Amino acid sequence: MAAIVTTVQDYLSDLKKNRLAYYYITPAFLVMGFVILYPFLYNIVLSLTNMNLTHFRNWRIIGLEQYVRVFSSPDFYSILLKTIIWTVVNVFFHVTIGVSLALLLNRPLWGRSIFRTLLILPWAVPQYITALTWRGMFQYRYGAINLILVKYFGIHQIQWLSTPLGAFSAALITNIWLGFPFMMVIALGGLQSIPQELYEAAEVDGAGRWQQLRNITLPLLKPIMIPAISLGIIWTFNNFNVIWLVSNGGQPADSTHILVSYVYKAVFNYYRYGYAAALSMVIFGILLIISVRFIKQTKGTKGAY
Amino acid sequence: MAVTRLRKDPWWMTAGIYTIIILFTIIAVYPILRVISISLRPGNLLHTTSLRLIPENATLQAYLTLFTKKPFLRWLLNSTIVSGMVTILGVALASTAGYAFSRFKFRGREFGMISVITTQMFPVTMLLIPLFIMLIYLHLYDTFLGLVIAYSATVLPFCIWQMKGYYDTIPVSLEEAARIDGSSQFGAFYRIVLPLAAPALVITALFSFMGSWSEYLVAAVILNDQRLFTLPLGLKQFQSNFSTEWGLYAAGAVMVSIPVIILFLILSRWLISGLTLGSVKE
Repeated sequence: MAAIVTTVQDYLSDLKKNRLAYYYITPAFLVMGFVILYPFLYNIVLSLTNMNLTHFRNWRIIGLEQYVRVFSSPDFYSILLKTIIWTVVNVFFHVTIGVSLALLLNRPLWGRSIFRTLLILPWAVPQYITALTWRGMFQYRYGAINLILVKYFGIHQIQWLSTPLGAFSAALITNIWLGFPFMMVIALGGLQSIPQELYEAAEVDGAGRWQQLRNITLPLLKPIMIPAISLGIIWTFNNFNVIWLVSNGGQPADSTHILVSYVYKAVFNYYRYGYAAALSMVIFGILLIISVRFIKQTKGTKGAY
Repeated sequence: MAVTRLRKDPWWMTAGIYTIIILFTIIAVYPILRVISISLRPGNLLHTTSLRLIPENATLQAYLTLFTKKPFLRWLLNSTIVSGMVTILGVALASTAGYAFSRFKFRGREFGMISVITTQMFPVTMLLIPLFIMLIYLHLYDTFLGLVIAYSATVLPFCIWQMKGYYDTIPVSLEEAARIDGSSQFGAFYRIVLPLAAPALVITALFSFMGSWSEYLVAAVILNDQRLFTLPLGLKQFQSNFSTEWGLYAAGAVMVSIPVIILFLILSRWLISGLTLGSVKE
């Protein structure tokens, strides 16, 4: 009892001492609590019920049954695998392309700022427009991609949107296109913060270009890229727009879903509210585990520099 | 600007660098040019195997139809109102909350930072149904206010993080000096720190604006009244009859993208210096 009282007193004294801090954060947290926290709690309750189209008003708590249903469905594991492939491939290309371009742009170059600006453009275009535009470009007969492949590379037309692998690849290519500029911009900012003296010192010591890159640039860039990469993983894992719009809702035959689009289908096409809520919680859990592990691992290596 | 170069590059390396950069620039720009090209096609040439960027008999007919026969101006106005309000709210709330996280060692600070990041892990589908039900109860369903609140909440986490990261790079000694000169704590924040954080504020404004200008899913759930439709909802209408309205869609897409592209072009310098992502510790 006494322990609780002291904790409360502790908090109250902190509240007084840092009053201004609480003033500063309260409005933002009110808005976020209203739109994010409350729905989150609501979702937890929903995931324990049998709410669906037939039990819309007379729903009741059924415990963990929906979670059992999620984990016992074979679809879940194949879609999870696909989601992981989707995330890894996307983030890998975003980071490699983004960092490489940043390294190339971070040197004296004629027209550097023009190239830099043009390379940021994919990020500026609204995602849904990108997705619908690329869907048009992947069209079999009139799409630009097949026209270019045939005309300039002599490759036969590819069935992009009508095969599972083709549609998935199309979505991947689209998402890689729109995602690399973000990583490039972060990397460019990071490169500017590396002191020039380090390179001068390395030069004096006779270090070559490759050694400078490996021993100065990349290690110093890493702590800047880590938060961006973690955010990139989370965003890509949950990116509904691209996969849904490029594959037109999972076509062909629901074979191109990632978890988040699969849930959307369960809610808005099959009205399985309880099930979808449980699946949403599982997605959240998976992301939480990945992020915590990722952040821990990178903290472990932080002592190295 | 720090530039990594102390030795002269051999010619083949310079050539290689230009080749790679030009190649990626073409890839980055081509889809945008393609949409512009489609928007200029006359109605009978929408399906063509031509790769020409300026189509034969190029016409602005699609744009004319968009502005005169479709409620495009109304969607434009609606989107501008919503995005403007979200930008103001986003900047005001993120600049203060980010400051608290950067400067005060209050209880629950780390928990607060982590919960801000955690919100990014919620799949959007998880929030849609409860949000929908809640807005109906509060009579905010089918209103701009409901949409503005929802958008602000979704853009805030990233903006707070981003502001905090930038404040961390501004030395505390500047505020301490102002305090000694008799400025209040808020005065030091408002008059000293905020102007210095201008690059980050610009980025926060840009993201708040873009987040609401380009968002489709939440708008589709919250808005039902056609008169309140924002640009994404309006453009999606052309897509329901995709084969016939492809030209209109392309013209609309160009009109929607131009403001954000111009913003990006103007702000691209600031983007590199102002975009920082704070870490949880320190």
